[in-house]
Amino acid sequence: MEPTTGISPEVVKMIAAAATIAIGAIGPALAIGMIGSKGLEAIGRNPEAAGKVQTSMVLGLAFAEAIAIYALVIALIVKFV
Amino acid sequence: MEISLAAEQVAHLGPLPITNSMILSWIVSAGLILVTTFSLRNLKSIPSGIQNFFETIVEALFNLANSILDDEKATKKYFALVATIFIFIVTNNWIGLVPGVGSIGITEHGKFIPLLRGANADLNTTLALAIVAVIAIQIFGVAAIGTFKYAKKFINFNGPINFFIGIIELISEFAKMISFSFRLFGNIFAGEVLLTIVAFLVPLIAPLPFFALEIFVGAVQALVFSMLILVFIKMAITDVSH
Repeated sequence: MEPTTGISPEVVKMIAAAATIAIGAIGPALAIGMIGSKGLEAIGRNPEAAGKVQTSMVLGLAFAEAIAIYALVIALIVKFV
Repeated sequence: MEISLAAEQVAHLGPLPITNSMILSWIVSAGLILVTTFSLRNLKSIPSGIQNFFETIVEALFNLANSILDDEKATKKYFALVATIFIFIVTNNWIGLVPGVGSIGITEHGKFIPLLRGANADLNTTLALAIVAVIAIQIFGVAAIGTFKYAKKFINFNGPINFFIGIIELISEFAKMISFSFRLFGNIFAGEVLLTIVAFLVPLIAPLPFFALEIFVGAVQALVFSMLILVFIKMAITDVSH
């Protein structure tokens, strides 16, 4: 029997979508910040190796960002499907 | 304002449905093939004009591949596939921003169906690229160090820990496919959603910085895709036997 009072599915969907991306972006944001700071530190210590450090740093950034994208995709699925 | 996660079908070719992102990727592929075929006849030793432009691009990509693979012979073997994937992804991303893509369409059953949609905003395209990339990495690894040695990376009976590491490596190959496809799809589709919403809220002038962001993101995602393939190729062709 359908409940006549209480929270409706659309509202729960909206809250779920917003919470997914809001909480899901905390980890990757911290990770990207840490990767960036360590990369800059490494470049500052050894400017000659800047090319190699930059390449590895961008690679690490891509992996960290991918986690945020997973959270975003789930939020989009919840909202639009 | 209608946002659809899946690409909408606009036609049928027999039993095969044709989506709007498929149409745009055909247009881009045909455009790239025609432009390169017709402008690269009569190659001169000292380039000028459009040959110069293409040589700049090829040289930049070759240097990128070389800096990651660190071996010029290997770069010459693996550079073609990676550069093609890069050019395909970046062209599709940028063409997806042209006015008309996503806005010109037909209204069917009360729903608006755009005739064109960014090719990488469709999970099918990105999944196809990811599968091609991961299978190519396996083939390159086997071709470089031999089937037996390559299989030993995944199926290793040297001890219980190595056995489990091998199993995890095997699973991580599939995780790479998912990760490649979702990274590219998420970035480009989220960009399209962002542009749609900003244009819906403030149609004049405000979308401009977001278009700039999307141009940047389109190029960066193509670069990241190619660089990751190169890094995985490098890991696959290294012989780690003792």
